Amino acid sequence: MRKSGPGALFGARGWGGVIAALVLVCAVAPMLNLVVPKESIFHMSDFSVSLIGKIMCYAIVALAMDLIWGYTGILSLGHGLFFALGGYAFGMYLMRSIGLDGVYKSPLPDFMVFLDWKAYPWYWSFTDHFWYSLMLVVLVPGLLAFVFGYFAFRSRIKGVYFSIITQAMTFATMLLFFRNETGFGGNNGFTDFKRILGTPIATPSMRMTLFVITGLTLIGFFVLAKWLVTSKFGRVLQAIRDAETRVMFTGYDPLRYKLAIWVISAVMCGIAGALYVPQVGIINPGEMSPANSIEIAIWVAVGGRGTLVGAILGAFIVNGARSWFTVAFPEYWLFFLGAIFIGVTLFLPNGMVGLIAQLRAKWGGRTSQEKTA
Amino acid sequence: MSFVRLIRCVLAMFALGAAMPAAALTPEQIGKLVSSDSEARIEALNSVAAAGDESAIAFLQALAEGNVQTSASTKKIVTVADGKGTDAITGKPVEKLPEDLDEVVANNVFRRELAAAIATLKLTSGDRSVRLAAAKTLQDETEGDRLPLVERAIAKESDAQIRQLLERVRANLQLNSKDKAVRLAAIVSLGSSVNPNTKTILLEMLAKKGGEFAEKDADIRFAAQKSLAEVEGRLTTGERIGQAFSGVSLGSILLLAALGLAITYGLMGVINMAHGELIMIGAYTTHVVQNLVRAHVPDFFNWYLLAAVPASFMAAAAVGMLLERGVIRFLYGRPLETLLATWGISLVLIQAVRTIFGAQNVQVENPVWMSGGVELLSNVVLPWSRIVIIGFSAVVLLLVWLALTRTRLGLFVRGVTQNRAMASCLGVHTGRIDTWCFGLGSGIAGLAGCALSQIGNVGPDLGQSYIVDSFMVVVLGGVGQLAGTVYAAMGLGIVNKFLEGISGAVLAKITVLVFIIIFIQKRPQGMFALKGRFADA
Repeated sequence: MRKSGPGALFGARGWGGVIAALVLVCAVAPMLNLVVPKESIFHMSDFSVSLIGKIMCYAIVALAMDLIWGYTGILSLGHGLFFALGGYAFGMYLMRSIGLDGVYKSPLPDFMVFLDWKAYPWYWSFTDHFWYSLMLVVLVPGLLAFVFGYFAFRSRIKGVYFSIITQAMTFATMLLFFRNETGFGGNNGFTDFKRILGTPIATPSMRMTLFVITGLTLIGFFVLAKWLVTSKFGRVLQAIRDAETRVMFTGYDPLRYKLAIWVISAVMCGIAGALYVPQVGIINPGEMSPANSIEIAIWVAVGGRGTLVGAILGAFIVNGARSWFTVAFPEYWLFFLGAIFIGVTLFLPNGMVGLIAQLRAKWGGRTSQEKTA
Repeated sequence: MSFVRLIRCVLAMFALGAAMPAAALTPEQIGKLVSSDSEARIEALNSVAAAGDESAIAFLQALAEGNVQTSASTKKIVTVADGKGTDAITGKPVEKLPEDLDEVVANNVFRRELAAAIATLKLTSGDRSVRLAAAKTLQDETEGDRLPLVERAIAKESDAQIRQLLERVRANLQLNSKDKAVRLAAIVSLGSSVNPNTKTILLEMLAKKGGEFAEKDADIRFAAQKSLAEVEGRLTTGERIGQAFSGVSLGSILLLAALGLAITYGLMGVINMAHGELIMIGAYTTHVVQNLVRAHVPDFFNWYLLAAVPASFMAAAAVGMLLERGVIRFLYGRPLETLLATWGISLVLIQAVRTIFGAQNVQVENPVWMSGGVELLSNVVLPWSRIVIIGFSAVVLLLVWLALTRTRLGLFVRGVTQNRAMASCLGVHTGRIDTWCFGLGSGIAGLAGCALSQIGNVGPDLGQSYIVDSFMVVVLGGVGQLAGTVYAAMGLGIVNKFLEGISGAVLAKITVLVFIIIFIQKRPQGMFALKGRFADA
């Protein structure tokens, strides 16, 4: 199916697509939003900037999910947790840079004043340093994934069992974050951010900056993921997905491969969460609800598992549909989402990408080689 | 609870007493009782209570219920019941109610005092249950003025239980006496109490204020210390029993919720994320049956559960079988896809219920025989609803066990589970068995919903809160094992409740989840695993 061996990332069309995406994100979108006057039909509204920015964060999560589920066959129901943890880690920095501008004019965040706390708990130390909190964004989800994954994979927990215990982990952490005493704002989480690195957060230029950074991260991760799955490492992952026992018997240790991709995937989610929080301006434990994590899987399934492009496509389709539905027919959104879950699993095992390839093969006579490009 | 019963008894008495003139009260006392000066009111109340005349109860009761009204223009004080008025002072019926009647308002302090005064007066009632309720109401009373009346009541009392309660009331009242011997005796007698407030009183005596003991007398402190230890010991025992009971109760709920899953997931291997929503369907069916019974045969309202139980089983089973035929059977052998598809189904079901019944919680009323409870100790009340559910889950468990081991369907189900191809060769319609089996599991989820509707809120999100728990129980117990499910449910319930006593509800839940995650690392097959040799488990 794939002609190119390990090392060849994309064909000419693939590279073309990547470059086009780069141009779109770094030049066209800022131009349309900041330069083109508001009256023009080509103007990109602030609303669309933040919406697309948000969906690009989701697309990163979907990419991460595709790596672990599409390529390695492990369905994680904990990716919402890693996403939220990254968000919380960066949110701590954002909370501290509110400074004295909170409602109570205290150096502590409002919710701590409310709890009558006098000082930051130990785990908040150094979070006022930008680089330290960026480190946390990577380390917290990464370490949690490493510890959890190490024990789970070592005990050879597979398939549905693994899904269920990742869900239990997510659920437990959500309950923990809902408590006020945990020190992360309880129910309300973090919100009312004022600035990043001294720059006010609610300005068009800052919004655009975050948008461009998110876009670049998404493209970067896409190339990285592509590189991972075309390398020998990626081949072993797919072998594990298709016949883990056989891989083991031929002398590979699945634990190391699974653990590596699991941690990479979690870190990607953490980074996506950190990009997400300043753009939507809030993070609360609701982000960790088991429902969110399951939904991530459906983004990937809609786009097409094991295709990477499909994951991004799926994230855009489902979330785009959501923002349209919740405005047009809010009461039918769950029906629609439910129908996607059922329909895709029953009728579209290869997702949209698979469908497109099928249609092309039927009408265009084109071969399926381009499918992976 | 006791207060409610008190009110009920009193209501009956009031109906009789309303017609009688309130001769026990002087016009002056009545005037003070309805005045707006709260000190004068309480003073008058205390004097009425100290006089100990039972016929004053009717008026006080009317006052407590807001049935006493005054008219500013005619200067009349009227007690109103069922739209008929009685003049409070003369006791004669009032033909035409004055237009400017205004309710006499009682604030919280006055209400409390009223309840205590009424209870004091009722200590001499002829009805045992009225006296018992009155004695219970007075348990926390510390107003010294009531002492003579309580003494009088103790002297007359023949019932041992009431006498014991009253002696404790007396001890409470005597604590501030000037006579040391009386105080010592009172403290010793308090040692037999099971009332949590006694502990507070004793602790206060032993507390230090600014380096000095609040209680200066060392003998009294010693006695208080001893009594405190006794009371605390008794309270702890009570708490333990209470915890164990609520543990078993939670366990039985988990068992009900997980039993259906033990069949669909445990035996058939179908990951049904819509299981919680089948529970919800059971609960909503109960709601509908309740409404139907109330509308058409209100006389049988107390027994609506007899119809609701089979109805919720049928409704959930029907939905389950439909799902199996329509979606799940195409996904056998693809567990992860089943998980996603059934999750989608759960979203659709939630939204469907929201569309039909609205997003708010709906009302499900307990039948009368399920309200109230068994009082083991004064701090341990076992609610009937919980006891009934424990019994119900035991019955359901027994029926499921019988269905799986003693019926033809059960035999086929086990056969198909163990060796599908062979069962098929022997003429079992494996597809049909799958449908029935899934229907059985779903029906049991419906039964769980029916039970849950009696103790919790019924809303569209009902199922979501049980799905994680149910899976934990089945996974912990070991797939394919009913006994494992029972042990896991009971174990989790009891451990959870005991941890709750130590660390609070949320931390207890988190601890239990973490424990399960670690446990599964050690024994991925659960507590009770089917033995076998598989490279791919």
